[in-house]
Amino acid sequence: MSSSPPTSAAAGGGDVLLRVEGLGKDYEVGAGRYGGSTLREQLVDLPKRLVGRGRPRDTRLLTAVDDLTFDVRAGEVLGFVGHNGAGKSTLLKLLSRVTAPSRGSITVRGRVGSLLEVGTGFHPELTGRENVFLNGAVLGMKRVEILRRFDDIVAFSEVGAQLDTPVKRYSSGQFVRLAFSVAAHLEPEVLLVDEVLAVGDASFQRRSLARMGEIARSGSTVLFVSHNMAVVQALCTRALVLQHGRCLADGPVEQAVPAYLRTLEQLQHVDVAARTDRDGRGEAHVVGLRVQGGPDGVVATGGPLRIEVDLSGSLTDTSVELRVHDGFGVPVCSFDSSQSAPGDAPVAQGQRFVCTLAELPLVEGRYRIDVRVRGRGGRLQDDLLGATHVDVVQGLLQGRVVTSEALGRVSVPHVWTTPAPQ
Amino acid sequence: MTVGDRTLPVVRLVPTGKRPPLRLSELWDARELVFFLAQRDVKLRYRQTVLGAVWVLLQPLLTVLIFSVVFGRLARVSSDGQPYAVFALAGLVPWTFVSTSLATTSLSLVTNASLVGKVWFPRLAVPLAAALAGLVDLLVGLGLLLVVAVVRGDLQPLRLLALPLLVVLALVAVLGPGTYLAAVNVRYRDVRYVVPFLVQCLLFVSPVAYPTSLVPHGLRLLYAVNPYVGVVEGFRWALLGGSQPVAGLLAVSTASSLVLLLLALRSFRAREATFADVL
Ligand SMILES: Nc1ncnc2c1ncn2[C@@H]1O[C@H](COP(=O)(O)OP(=O)(O)OP(=O)(O)O)[C@@H](O)[C@H]1O
Ligand SMILES: [Mg+2]
Repeated sequence: MSSSPPTSAAAGGGDVLLRVEGLGKDYEVGAGRYGGSTLREQLVDLPKRLVGRGRPRDTRLLTAVDDLTFDVRAGEVLGFVGHNGAGKSTLLKLLSRVTAPSRGSITVRGRVGSLLEVGTGFHPELTGRENVFLNGAVLGMKRVEILRRFDDIVAFSEVGAQLDTPVKRYSSGQFVRLAFSVAAHLEPEVLLVDEVLAVGDASFQRRSLARMGEIARSGSTVLFVSHNMAVVQALCTRALVLQHGRCLADGPVEQAVPAYLRTLEQLQHVDVAARTDRDGRGEAHVVGLRVQGGPDGVVATGGPLRIEVDLSGSLTDTSVELRVHDGFGVPVCSFDSSQSAPGDAPVAQGQRFVCTLAELPLVEGRYRIDVRVRGRGGRLQDDLLGATHVDVVQGLLQGRVVTSEALGRVSVPHVWTTPAPQ
Repeated sequence: MTVGDRTLPVVRLVPTGKRPPLRLSELWDARELVFFLAQRDVKLRYRQTVLGAVWVLLQPLLTVLIFSVVFGRLARVSSDGQPYAVFALAGLVPWTFVSTSLATTSLSLVTNASLVGKVWFPRLAVPLAAALAGLVDLLVGLGLLLVVAVVRGDLQPLRLLALPLLVVLALVAVLGPGTYLAAVNVRYRDVRYVVPFLVQCLLFVSPVAYPTSLVPHGLRLLYAVNPYVGVVEGFRWALLGGSQPVAGLLAVSTASSLVLLLLALRSFRAREATFADVL
């Protein structure tokens, strides 16, 4: 049974459009990518390489996707969630055929449209019109299909007036809108989307999400990756949680998303000490980082937040700055221990810096926290980008419900009154 | 489009074996994409250049000037009874196509890395489009040659029928080495440095600055194993009405072009599974 192609409907839903069996993908990584470690070895290997045999020496295999098995039916909207590096993008690349599997098989019925990046194939020197045709063809549309949908594409993108200007003259918003609308009119049976909705302004995002919902209702299957649990919950019927390339949970969003959030808590004890991608002099650097939310372990709007930073090396006049960015990389706020206040402990030479907030004023979503350590004279000692991520869930700020619908990323405690007219 | 439709194509993706099938039908299905990619390259080449198409003619014409002085005047190289400048021009027009297209085709996958890494289409579309884009220049050059032939009165109209076939031969002769080098270049960027050197060497073993008649009789067919020998002599024969026999040269060059193309396609298909990972 297992090797038969997906055929007609079994219980629960439409036809199986996609069947993934024992899927695995290994990447070659390592110093040996461009040859052996010595010139002699390289020359010895040269003839073998030119005929395409053998793998460069010194390479390791990194398993990005491992032993995945699942079916997707027509009309399902499946979200892939997981930490950075969990293998989500790799999985979409496998499904879209961009890269070949190392093990297992994928069986797809119907046309696959993939949107792994907005504007793939767009060329800045070409006009909007030319790019629509080029991009459409790249995404797998026939010329007649593009012609037929041309007006819809232009209308959706709202760049009608600039259609004959080179896209390098477009604002980045216009560029993204045009690029997305080409892909949105692809009408494939299986649509793969990788976090591309993280670009563009809020109203465009809303329309893009609506469009994806429409595509799903028309009977196609949408598979998409997002770090935004609100979007996943709003759009998906089902979610698959990936961890280290394996399937950790697969089921209705109501069950899968909490499973994912629980793994996030575990991730908050990451080993930052092992990271080498840092900047600064390094005489004092971050070796540990912990994020704690409320008593239930959840970081929620209006709830408490405690961030502990452990440093190695003891310098005098050290300060730690926590820099918070939202899921789109937009700076939100920072907490800087060098700007001391009366309530602070005199921490200028500690090994552990603790920052506490009684009421977190951030709306729900994912935030990235970068950590900067400065020594005497404000010299940069360590700069750890993306030291950790915090997923804030919906909560009450002083009893008031704060949702992601709120304008901006912060919510400020406040009071409303309607004084009776005198 | 209804999803329950029985006629939906089923595609099964499995690890690629050592010798994946060529599947040229996929390339045929992607012909519109090939066209759009080639069109893009042509547009980009001509847009924002003041002289536009003039460059296409200027390059061979200036080279003709240099060749005429060095080989025609100083070295007194034979030119099969033609004025040396005309003889050299007929060689340089196809040669310019060969040299530029070999370079663009070899680099094409790396130039289009963002496409290859983000969306699937038959990968052969990329080098094919790069080579096709070069054809526009070749056609402009051939137009110039036709004018010269008409003005000099040595045009033999029947021979013009061979031109389309010769253009195809030129394309095949470029595609073989070009696709192979494009695939190798994905992993070993050394190709960028090898190609100009290779083109330079090829110029010396191709009858561009000198006629094949200078090569000893017994060695001519061996000489024609270089595909560009047939290409260059073929165009000269078709446009300048020369009396040298070219059938043997063409046969050998065509055969070797096809063999090279087949080997290149095999190698390309075997390598293409990891293009997206390495680029
Ligand atoms: N071309 C490649 N060569 C080598 N390793 C790769 C390649 N692409 C991805 N990887 C590795 O494979 C693993 C999975 O990467 P992938 O991009 O699929 O993660 P992801 O879940 O999409 O992460 P993110 O949430 O950050 O987008 C990572 O460890 C990554 O470093
Ligand atoms: Mg990713």
